[in-house]
Amino acid sequence: MAVTQTTEPDSVLAKALKEGLIAGALALGLFCLVVGFRTEQNIRNELILTHRWGLLTIFVLGAAILRFVITYTAPLRAERKKIKRAVAVAKEPSAFRRSFPKIGLGLLLLYPLLVILILSAYQGSMMGGLQASLKYVDNFGIQILIYVMLAWGLNIVVGLAGLLDLGYVAFYAVGAYSYALLSTHFGFSFWLLLPMAGIFAATWGVILGFPVLRLRGDYLAIVTLAFGEIIRLILINWTAVTKGTFGISGIAKATLFGIPFTPGPTGFAALLGLPNSGVYYKIFLYYLILGLALLTAWVTIRLRRMPIGRAWEALREDEIACRSLGINTTTTKLTAFATGAMFGGFAGSFFAARQGFVSPESFVFLESAIILAMVVLGGMGSLVGIAIAAAVMIGGTELLRELEFLKLIFGPDFTPELYRMLLFGLAMIVVMVWKPRGFAGSREPSAFLHERKMISGEFTKEGHG
Amino acid sequence: MSENKALLRIENVETYYGNIRALSGVTVHANPGEIVTLIGANGAGKSTLMMTIFGMPRARTGRIIFDGKDITQMPTHEIARLRIAQSPEGRRIFPRMTVQENLQMGASLDNLQHFDEDSRMVFDLFPRLKERINQRGGTLSGGEQQMLAIGRALMARPRLLLLDEPSLGLAPLIIKHIFEAIKALNKNTGLTVFLVEQNAFGALKLADRGYVMVNGIVTMSGSSADLLADPEVRAAYLEGGRH
Repeated sequence: MAVTQTTEPDSVLAKALKEGLIAGALALGLFCLVVGFRTEQNIRNELILTHRWGLLTIFVLGAAILRFVITYTAPLRAERKKIKRAVAVAKEPSAFRRSFPKIGLGLLLLYPLLVILILSAYQGSMMGGLQASLKYVDNFGIQILIYVMLAWGLNIVVGLAGLLDLGYVAFYAVGAYSYALLSTHFGFSFWLLLPMAGIFAATWGVILGFPVLRLRGDYLAIVTLAFGEIIRLILINWTAVTKGTFGISGIAKATLFGIPFTPGPTGFAALLGLPNSGVYYKIFLYYLILGLALLTAWVTIRLRRMPIGRAWEALREDEIACRSLGINTTTTKLTAFATGAMFGGFAGSFFAARQGFVSPESFVFLESAIILAMVVLGGMGSLVGIAIAAAVMIGGTELLRELEFLKLIFGPDFTPELYRMLLFGLAMIVVMVWKPRGFAGSREPSAFLHERKMISGEFTKEGHG
Repeated sequence: MSENKALLRIENVETYYGNIRALSGVTVHANPGEIVTLIGANGAGKSTLMMTIFGMPRARTGRIIFDGKDITQMPTHEIARLRIAQSPEGRRIFPRMTVQENLQMGASLDNLQHFDEDSRMVFDLFPRLKERINQRGGTLSGGEQQMLAIGRALMARPRLLLLDEPSLGLAPLIIKHIFEAIKALNKNTGLTVFLVEQNAFGALKLADRGYVMVNGIVTMSGSSADLLADPEVRAAYLEGGRH
């Protein structure tokens, strides 16, 4: 038994109080001018100094209390960690963790129905529930799943093959614009254009792949970043085809085996004898993107067990060793780029069908960065971790819009979604401090002998595990 | 003359890093079933020669012939497919993959057809690897990583095994174990081994023939016994290195 150091509770309290006060004073000094004062212009263009003492108090108190709690509970937490370490030297993942993917999948499949049921009960009528569920199925469900799919697609390139791609959104754009253009000009259906968009994006993946074959790390990142920008600038400036910043509108919707989701007599609702509603289309889209995302996951899981997936992972680990083991690194890299891009293209054409409108604004660098952040925060290569990261990041942003009550505290001008980037940054720092490898940072081996017993990735060298 | 049936023949090879010449006029050969060693000090160009065989970097002049085939300009992965395997400098195992997955990567050339059989052979050679089979490569000790690197190379069923400083940074006992394993392998399967070593004494004890390299030039060659007895070699690499 280790020597347990007993600290006087009083001294801990005193220390915590002291540190809390210091943190408060620091926050006061830091935020006094930045948050406490504010200049505004009146009608005569004069600067008026106003103050926001309430907001400043919240910042200062927040810092002080947080510091106090952290310091006060530090010995407690250290003790608990020690116990945990002593008990769990080589623990099996708990039953919940092992079956989490299955539970999650079940919930995802039932999500629209659950939302409708709950809201129907809440609203008192089935129809009311249907209408109210629109927001949750569309803004939360579909939006999150698009990003899950994009992040899983990028995961093939970044997480498996280890090729840092900062321009992934370009493939998303290629997919979206190929659907938008081919559908508006030639009237092809969604189901024909979905695979075509994937093929186009994959082609662009190979086109990007060739010049960057010899690059790795920082250099690769810069070139892919430039590639993303090139695609976006082409979309803006090639006005004859893309209509520039106006974007393309009136894009045809997807159909269910030829049955359109329109209010007319041949529409989905009329055929099934249901009351007219836009919800059916959204629910259809939800299951469509869920299916596409699951396809991405399934392909990733399958490929990881196949030679090509192995080669990707080996490439990430050590390119020189790969080559001297007879792996053709050229084709390995190109297939990684192409496969990742293909799923980006699928997601893009889905996006175009869902929005009915595409413009270059949707494909800025920030999107690439967000998708990459999901892959990194979720843990490179871990599908579940990435899905959680996407749900938290996108769902969190959507939730911010719902926090109307904050206006009561901060005044009517307060728009919580403007703090999105600040919160992203905070979340990233927190995750990277606590879990430097992301939520699910340890790589699941794809081959086992006899039993699943493994050493946690925490024991491998940083940057190697 | 034995050189005609040599499995690997390196003729007059010169390799450059940019404008700096790392190898000048190197001529070396390895006969089938032989253990040949290349000894020399730090920076003599030993590892460069080993990597030049794989075309990383490419030889600027001269020829490299494996089993009668000119491989000087062949892409690296195709050279590997001729069943030349290497345990490279710094081991270069895949740290996040398990021992088994590392071995599978070694056997990926023939789609794991002989995986069970060959992995049994590797485990007989290095029983420690079997104990660590589901452990990540990066969590192994240095000696175990070296065993894994050699094991991974053997999984490719090589006709020629290139070993770059397998003794680097290892405890003497483990070096002995690894050298014994190499000897056993050579004796039992007739595998041709080309060994690059700084540990001249151990390497010459193990090998049939040896070359001495200084500043990118092969200065001496001969049977291991002759080299071990040579006063110049003794002074430069043996007595000096065994203080």
